[in-house]
Amino acid sequence: MNGLDAAITQYIDPYYLRIMILLGINIILALGLNLITGVTGQLSMGHAGFMSIGAYTSAILSMQFGFSYLMALLAGAMVAAFFGFLIGIPTLRLEGDYLAMVTIGFAEIIRVFFLNFEPGGKAVGLSGIPQHTNFITVWLIALLIIALNTRLLKSRMGRAFYAIRENEIAAASTGIDTTRLKILAFTVGSFLGGLGGGLYSHYMYYINPQDFGFMKSIELLNMVILGGMGSIPGTILGSFILTLAPEMLRIVAEYRLLFYGALLVILMIFRPNGILGDVRIYDLKKRWGRKEVKTCQS
Amino acid sequence: MSVLTLEGISQEFGGLRALDGVNMVVEEGEIFGIIGPNGAGKTTLFNIITGIYIPSEGDLIFKERRINRMTTHNIARLGIGRTFQNIRLFNKLSVLDNVRVGSHGISRSGFFKSLLGLPSMLREEKEIKSRAEELLELVGLYDKKMEYADNLAYGEQRRLEIARALALKPSLLLLDEPAAGMNSGEKVELMKLIEQIRQEMKLTILLVEHDMSLVMNICERIAVLDYGRKIAEGPPEEIKNDERVIQSYLGVGA
Repeated sequence: MNGLDAAITQYIDPYYLRIMILLGINIILALGLNLITGVTGQLSMGHAGFMSIGAYTSAILSMQFGFSYLMALLAGAMVAAFFGFLIGIPTLRLEGDYLAMVTIGFAEIIRVFFLNFEPGGKAVGLSGIPQHTNFITVWLIALLIIALNTRLLKSRMGRAFYAIRENEIAAASTGIDTTRLKILAFTVGSFLGGLGGGLYSHYMYYINPQDFGFMKSIELLNMVILGGMGSIPGTILGSFILTLAPEMLRIVAEYRLLFYGALLVILMIFRPNGILGDVRIYDLKKRWGRKEVKTCQS
Repeated sequence: MSVLTLEGISQEFGGLRALDGVNMVVEEGEIFGIIGPNGAGKTTLFNIITGIYIPSEGDLIFKERRINRMTTHNIARLGIGRTFQNIRLFNKLSVLDNVRVGSHGISRSGFFKSLLGLPSMLREEKEIKSRAEELLELVGLYDKKMEYADNLAYGEQRRLEIARALALKPSLLLLDEPAAGMNSGEKVELMKLIEQIRQEMKLTILLVEHDMSLVMNICERIAVLDYGRKIAEGPPEEIKNDERVIQSYLGVGA
């Protein structure tokens, strides 16, 4: 595997390689948020908070406690999941805007905590994290997550998550324990947030609390909304566009953020449900099939 | 044997007494109708039975079990299915998925089983799907199984709600104004459907309805609510001729 990675590093331009690695990490992060916000319909605006918990936990564990790479990643994800579980509990009572406020507050608390956290290097940040994350590990994990996520959403549990988003009272009256499943979605989503954070810190070599601020949460939320709430291909596409857009827009230099904003506005006007939010493979097949019939007749 | 017993059920919202000491016994296998003017507390009664509200006073007994403090999903799992007056479908899910979600309460596969795709989970999925398709066949929506639920016509949405409720394999089915917004042809179809599912699935049905022809035709017993109180109960013939019911609800000449 190391040989393969060496080959990849040799043949691919480091700049593109870096973008592809960050894309893989963003996909994992966005899929976690998609499960919470896109699928289960619980608006979370603090996903970067879970990411930072995973990033710091795994970095500290591998630097100071000699954890192996995979163990550190797993531990970081588990700690993030635990905090997701904790803040999942108030989601029993809160909905929509109120939940958004709570999650923003939570992410800010985490950020300020790491600003003052001695083992995390306070505001200076943490440097010298071993760079274990490479193209192969990121994309192996990302593909595994995509596969498991797809299977989950097609199962009984996945349908129940969607049902909660669509109508909570109706969902409860079919026997769905809505409270438990909302917490479950939050926990699993935070797990993926923490996992992405761990991959990130072991790639970047250096992290500091500002990397995981409010803008990062919004960026991740944008990926989910832009691609299509609740759709896995949509979330992947959203991550792809929003990871690449800032890079492509380097040509327009200072106007970069302006174009970035305009892109979001335009996409939302033409595809308010997200690019792939209401597209199903079934519909595509049907449309495609019909066209075929037409060409036969003419 | 009585399936559902209400003993002195009262519900207060702030100072408003929406239900006031309602007693009712629903016997196994019957179709029981609840009628009354708007705001009489009919839907509130349904929400109490399904655990959405907790009654301020009184007892709710389902098959010899007290259920008035149970949560909605646990009550559903006991086998009480319902439809809603203002349709509550899962709009952005397919018709088939709506019915498949309906069987959540009687299926088992949990999170990890779903994630790993174990054989027992796959077997259960197959069962859920084939049963959902049977139910769609029954309510005449099989051809539209891949449509989004909110693309269905109004009457079809009502029938989909019934199919979803039936997916829970309930022993008691609550129908909240099943004929609302249906034309007369659809109403006749609906009556046939209700009669058929009662026969085939050995259900007890409790329904709230404003359409008198439907209620009088298919209900074996009817209770009349007015301002949260039960003012009459009995077979349709008796209700039709009851002085108080005529005065408060049916009107003279009905």
